[in-house]
Amino acid sequence: MPKFTLNGEAREVNVPGANPLLWVLRESLGLTGTKFGCGIGQCGACTVLVDGDPVLSCLVLGRACAGKRVDTIEGMADGNGLHPLQQAFADLSAAQCGYCTPAFLLTAVVLLKENDRPSRPEIVAALSGVLCRCTGYLKIYEAVERAAAVMRGEKVTPLEEILDGI
Amino acid sequence: MGSDRAHDLRIVGTSQVMVDAVSKVTGKTVFADDLQLPQMLYGKLLRSTEPHARIRKLNVSKAVAAPGVKAVITGADLPIPFGILPVSQDEHVLCPEVVRFVGDPVAAVAATSEDAAFEALNLIAVDYEPLEPIPSIDTALESDKPQLHDYADDGNIHKLINLEFGDVEEGFADAHHVREDVFFFQGNTHLAMEQHSATADWSADGRLTLWSATQTPHYVHRAVAKVLELEPSRIRVIACHNGGAFGGKSDPFSHEIAAAKLAMLTGRPVKITLTREEVFYCHRGRHPVLMWAKTGVDESGKILAMHFKTCLDGGAYGSYGVASTYYTGALQTVTYEVERYKFQGARVFTNKPPCGPKRGHGTPQPRFALEVQLDKIAEDIGVDPVDLRRNHLQPPNSVTANWLKIGTIGLGECIDAVVEGAGWKEKFKKLPFGKGVGIACSSYICGAGLPIYWNDMPQSGVQLKCDRGGGVTIFCGSIDIGQGSDSILAYITAEILGIDPIDVRVVTADTDLTPVDLGSYSSRVTLMTGNAAVQAAEKVRDIIAFHAAKKLETEPDKVRFADRSVLAADDPDQRIAFAEAVQLAEAAQGTVGSIGWYKPEKSPGRYRGAGVGPSPAYSYSAAIAAVDVDPETGIVTVPKIWIAHDIGQSINPMTVIGQVEGSVYMGLGEALMEEMVYRSNRNVVHKFPSMLEYKSPTTHEMCEIETFLVGDPDPNGPFGAKEAGQGPLLPVMPAVANAVYDAVGVRVDEVPITPEKVFKGLRSKDHRVGPKSFPDIPWPEPLCIPTPAEGGDGKALRVETAAKA
Amino acid sequence: MLRLPRFDYLEPKSLKQALKMREASGDNAMYVAGGTDLYPNMKRRHQDPTTVISLANIRALTGVRNRDGHTCIGANTTLTQVAKHRRIKRHYPAIATAAGSISTPLLRNMGTLGGNLCLDTRCNYYNQTLEWRKSIDYCMKKDGAICWVAPSSPRCWAVNSSDLAPVTVAIGAEMALVSADGERVVPAGKFYNDDGIEYLTKRPDEILTELRLPQPNGWDATYLKLARRGSFDFPVLGVAAWIRWDGDTVADARIVLGAVASYPMPVPEAGAAIIGTSLGDDAIETAATAAFKPSKPMDNTDHGLSWRKQMTRVYVARALKELRANNKLI
Repeated sequence: MPKFTLNGEAREVNVPGANPLLWVLRESLGLTGTKFGCGIGQCGACTVLVDGDPVLSCLVLGRACAGKRVDTIEGMADGNGLHPLQQAFADLSAAQCGYCTPAFLLTAVVLLKENDRPSRPEIVAALSGVLCRCTGYLKIYEAVERAAAVMRGEKVTPLEEILDGI
Repeated sequence: MGSDRAHDLRIVGTSQVMVDAVSKVTGKTVFADDLQLPQMLYGKLLRSTEPHARIRKLNVSKAVAAPGVKAVITGADLPIPFGILPVSQDEHVLCPEVVRFVGDPVAAVAATSEDAAFEALNLIAVDYEPLEPIPSIDTALESDKPQLHDYADDGNIHKLINLEFGDVEEGFADAHHVREDVFFFQGNTHLAMEQHSATADWSADGRLTLWSATQTPHYVHRAVAKVLELEPSRIRVIACHNGGAFGGKSDPFSHEIAAAKLAMLTGRPVKITLTREEVFYCHRGRHPVLMWAKTGVDESGKILAMHFKTCLDGGAYGSYGVASTYYTGALQTVTYEVERYKFQGARVFTNKPPCGPKRGHGTPQPRFALEVQLDKIAEDIGVDPVDLRRNHLQPPNSVTANWLKIGTIGLGECIDAVVEGAGWKEKFKKLPFGKGVGIACSSYICGAGLPIYWNDMPQSGVQLKCDRGGGVTIFCGSIDIGQGSDSILAYITAEILGIDPIDVRVVTADTDLTPVDLGSYSSRVTLMTGNAAVQAAEKVRDIIAFHAAKKLETEPDKVRFADRSVLAADDPDQRIAFAEAVQLAEAAQGTVGSIGWYKPEKSPGRYRGAGVGPSPAYSYSAAIAAVDVDPETGIVTVPKIWIAHDIGQSINPMTVIGQVEGSVYMGLGEALMEEMVYRSNRNVVHKFPSMLEYKSPTTHEMCEIETFLVGDPDPNGPFGAKEAGQGPLLPVMPAVANAVYDAVGVRVDEVPITPEKVFKGLRSKDHRVGPKSFPDIPWPEPLCIPTPAEGGDGKALRVETAAKA
Repeated sequence: MLRLPRFDYLEPKSLKQALKMREASGDNAMYVAGGTDLYPNMKRRHQDPTTVISLANIRALTGVRNRDGHTCIGANTTLTQVAKHRRIKRHYPAIATAAGSISTPLLRNMGTLGGNLCLDTRCNYYNQTLEWRKSIDYCMKKDGAICWVAPSSPRCWAVNSSDLAPVTVAIGAEMALVSADGERVVPAGKFYNDDGIEYLTKRPDEILTELRLPQPNGWDATYLKLARRGSFDFPVLGVAAWIRWDGDTVADARIVLGAVASYPMPVPEAGAAIIGTSLGDDAIETAATAAFKPSKPMDNTDHGLSWRKQMTRVYVARALKELRANNKLI
């Protein structure tokens, strides 16, 4: 397997055959934050970024990523500092079981890079390639909006004051 | 139950970040399939390609010899049957003689790689002698040959129930209006994003460890011990965080026990992760249920009598089916007063993946029937469907006709909240053709009154350990499946001991380390483990208060716990750090810890079958759905749902709303598109076991939701809390069905409400789509139980006989 | 988990190199672009090339170009790029709409124009795993002898489920194919076959290099998709409608149905019904009925077949009404 840049670090992995990126990440590199949901592009759980675009790692061959930049959930936080999207997902409980969460987060990163003030329909469309069975998506939308506001430098309601006393 | 210091809550009732949220948003949560152990082998199951067949020959010799293969097992290696219910021990890890559905496992392989295991499966030759398959309810009722299981109540009828609470015929005779309807609720599945996975390790010193994506580690522990004939003390089951479950991971499964057996045979860890297709075969989801409802009301719509019949398509094995069958009748009485009630339920065996518990377990189907029928009755007698419901609520602190003890009921408040929130009065019957609103209500248990196997022990236990450094560890068998049960334990403990949730380490779902909790099912965890945690924390609080009081120069009952401090209530300046207080207590009396447990009170019902339905508390929900129906296509879109939920007291309102929204989402999928369908033209096989073809709503189909949390604290709940994880799903399907009727005048008495059905209904004479009749079923003699109003004592009048009616 | 079988993976840098590799590998080789169609099929073992030749690194196949007034889209251009391309959105909105309606945003980042145009025909008896197909016995499209949708039929009825294909046929686009023999250009209408197995006239060794769009003058087109969900799903009906206007009068028209046959099915009677009219409601109704008649979906996709047939009428009418509304002279 040729070299590629994984979460900002140059990596070289020797993988026999034509293994999809998902297995390269999970089995060869031990990065299990990227999840298997179906293996055939029908759920979105295995989303990673290749050269900045969200794609399905179950359908991209590891070898086809040679020379490319691959970003996974493991690279999203800056050390211990959560990305505003991660913080907002945690604050609003947009992650319930957490299985689809990495996929939504990575997809949302790209959305906010392209559009710092996405409307609700734009969020719905951008996130429509990942299935979630826990949340009903609404908390995910709210978290994306909250993170977008934080990233624009706006003030958001502190968590303690949301829904206080119900 | 509950805490006596609910007046000054710091944590309970406020939005908190879940204790594992950061792990989840950083991808660090370890799910079962994320485990990789040194020397680990990969296991795979060979599954039947026949729906019903006798195994003539099974030749594994080529597979055994294949490269990388370390072990191959078949039914002969694991002859002892298992099953979740003691009355339905009808499953084998690998079918020894007969396969009963396409997907039934027949052999298992462990190999050095998953590819090698897969290739080895293809080398196993199975010679099947096909048996006639039983594909449907009708064929199961018609034919007792071939019989799927010999323990069924009657031929291929697995279970027959006939319960009569008061004379319903008398009630119908007195009624102002009586109507009969037939409904069908299609089966659907959980489709958790995470597929099942289990890893087993057999240590050199003869101990088995099994990690699994399971909701019920305790029941898995029991099943593994039974099938492998191992002392339970040598087995440790650890449930990993579930990547969603919804009931689909609450049975013990073949792959779990096969992984354990293969690990024992090879001396190496073995992991079996299912494919998505296999998850469809494991199923245990919503039963397809055919229903007949006859209800008689007075002029105001009060229900004088209800006769309700259900027939469940159970699939090939028992699973939770006996309980599911009772649940299709048990909760019909807990929302509105029903004076007399008769319930007849039957579950049949068919050659399809077994059905079981999915979110709402057995109750969404009858709730759909009841709420749609009430909508029709309201129209028949000219009463607003809101008033029909609102005016005849079951009173609080009462006992229903079928002997369920009801405590608090927030349903009236729920109805008021959604009626106002949705602007019902301005919309109902007043919107233009194609737009409509519909209302429905529901109730759900907060934990089942009885455990799955009969015993007198607690349903939930916790141990609590205080560290000199001020940390507290709480040990509990409950398992977090995404609903936040670990967080609930931390919030409650922190609340009572005046510390922060971060100070509480939660150790859960490990049969070696944690006291038994029965599992994350029947919406039991917040109430039951919550109460156990309250008890344990209060005991520790009292110990610490006793010793801190001396230092603070006050009385123990005047000691408060707050801000990681222990302080004198009268003089808050008199305070010591919580850690110091723990040290004082430890110095005075030794290691500081406690236990807490919870067991529900006995239910007043004393008849056979009274075990299903009782609960320490009932949650209530009301929902109004708005729909847009395109009359040219029949396509239904749901722009918004207003839902109110009687939560008693939110422990964390943010996660409660998350549960409500998730329930509405899942209900919406059931209402509009989700269905488990099977082919029958060639073989009885799941029509398309894939995530593309099993339609689960995407972001585009999700509606807007406005949630109202209402209700008064329930005396049986921790801090007054009731459940939120399942109940709010129930009103969604009937609310959508009723809204479709309001929009275009079509009654779809069937779920899912597909465009095909609405299109057909718009063009048919009676504007109705749904089943026409309910089959004849050989009901046994009814068990007659006088209602509380009739002065009954909760017992049946005479012993049930096997004689057929 | 669902794994890929073993295969050789080749990554040519030029068309020439790709064709050479194909020649050397023989008929067990297949080309791959985005992989979103081929790899799932390989995992389910209903396509089983032993050599896969990736076209991803051939620069010449990517991008949108203007040549002699024609817009040419390289076959390797991703569906996201097609859907978002300013010129395509402006002059060929039907193409952009169809591309943007395919599957999900993530799959559109991977899937290519060429991949969608060459999408393997689909059938829910066929798009299943090896084990599943074994349980009902294999069908003629792979490993078997029968068509389970129509067991007495001598042919395969798998469905052309491309969203772009009907649009290319309706607007009269052309496909450029390159092989060792050189280049040939085929009208979209001749690119597809009415057969579930031999669904393309493209030879397996030929590479689809680009789609050539007609000059955007005096015509308008639209695409309507019917599917259960707003993402992920293949169409169960697609309607592509094309009209050449003469003022407020329809000078020429083509209506092509997607996902109801093994090929994007033109319905000339429907087009004929509106030529010479100003798309009054009656003309639209006549055209919709004309399209409804030959629309014969089979029971091998999502949704019921008779409803899908009924929807042909509704969707053709809606497509034509949309085009009428676009014409400011009416």
